[in-house]
Amino acid sequence: MYIIVIGAGKVGWNLARELLEKNHEVTVIEANRRRYLTVEQELEHNIIYGDASELWVLERAGIQRADMVIAVTGDDEDNMLICQVAREKYEVGQIIARVNNPRNRPHFDLLGVKPSVSATDLILRLFEHEVPEYGLVHLLDLQEEQLEIIEMLLGKDSRVTGRRVGDLAMPEGSLLISVLREGKGFVPNADTVLEEGDEVLAVLDPGREDDLKDLFGPAPGGNGTG
Amino acid sequence: MLKEGHEVSCLDEDPESHTRLEVGLDKGWEDLGGRFTVGTGLETDALLAAGIESADAFIAATNGDNTNIVIAQIAQRRYEVPTVIARILDPLRAEWYREQGLHTICPTRVAIDMLETAVREGAPREATA
Repeated sequence: MYIIVIGAGKVGWNLARELLEKNHEVTVIEANRRRYLTVEQELEHNIIYGDASELWVLERAGIQRADMVIAVTGDDEDNMLICQVAREKYEVGQIIARVNNPRNRPHFDLLGVKPSVSATDLILRLFEHEVPEYGLVHLLDLQEEQLEIIEMLLGKDSRVTGRRVGDLAMPEGSLLISVLREGKGFVPNADTVLEEGDEVLAVLDPGREDDLKDLFGPAPGGNGTG
Repeated sequence: MLKEGHEVSCLDEDPESHTRLEVGLDKGWEDLGGRFTVGTGLETDALLAAGIESADAFIAATNGDNTNIVIAQIAQRRYEVPTVIARILDPLRAEWYREQGLHTICPTRVAIDMLETAVREGAPREATA
């Protein structure tokens, strides 16, 4: 594959190195002269100097024949627009954009720049996973496909412990797919009775998290900590 | 445009810019019906505070091309402002975004045209070379 990486910061440089090791053809574009000279000592002809916001720089990097453009500069506007131009003007098949400020993510979506990756969001996901009291953990998030898989730990005060799966009013657009109990997973049926300490996995349409939290969370009046 | 009786709202990240707005005015900016909001155009809250939802026209004229292109598209797509204009210095991108349906003004292009005209109309010098 021919991949253009925009930005030779820590992310861009290491990414380029890994991709080259996997035998991809890579060109990095870096706008800062000093940074370019540093990285050029290692990447040699695989890096060019220039501002990738300018179309002629992208063209000099051979964007017309690129299979993928990955924009990982420290500037969200740059990442957004470079990817937008790559996709819409040069018809590059795949793009990946880095989001520096998570609040800008809606702007990436608005301009059709997907997928976008935010380190803050990724760390937050890990945090949710590591801190179970947090309630609902995202295991899989496929934005494009509108699919999510989440995991919830049933606490002592959960309103569904002791109840049959068949009796649960699962919100529309969600499905209970697995129960993890004492380290073993199984697919529940209507007669499965949920217990305290169970971890339940559910697949759902994006945006239904709160409905599930309400259903599996602490009963009203309980001393829920979540 | 304020003098013509339009309602004008300015959004700028520098609070000091307010002073510049009042240069040459005999009354304060707000006294004349103007609005001023401190913030950046990428902040949704700032755009809302500046009144983007009720705007008939939106002009993105910061000193950064990229910022202008992004904000103009936000104004156009999210807030559906009827008239959106973006200042883009880079002639190549100004042209491409114009083709994509964005109203762009390219000061570089305008300056080149004016300079060319000035050169052509200027007093011809005797060829010495």
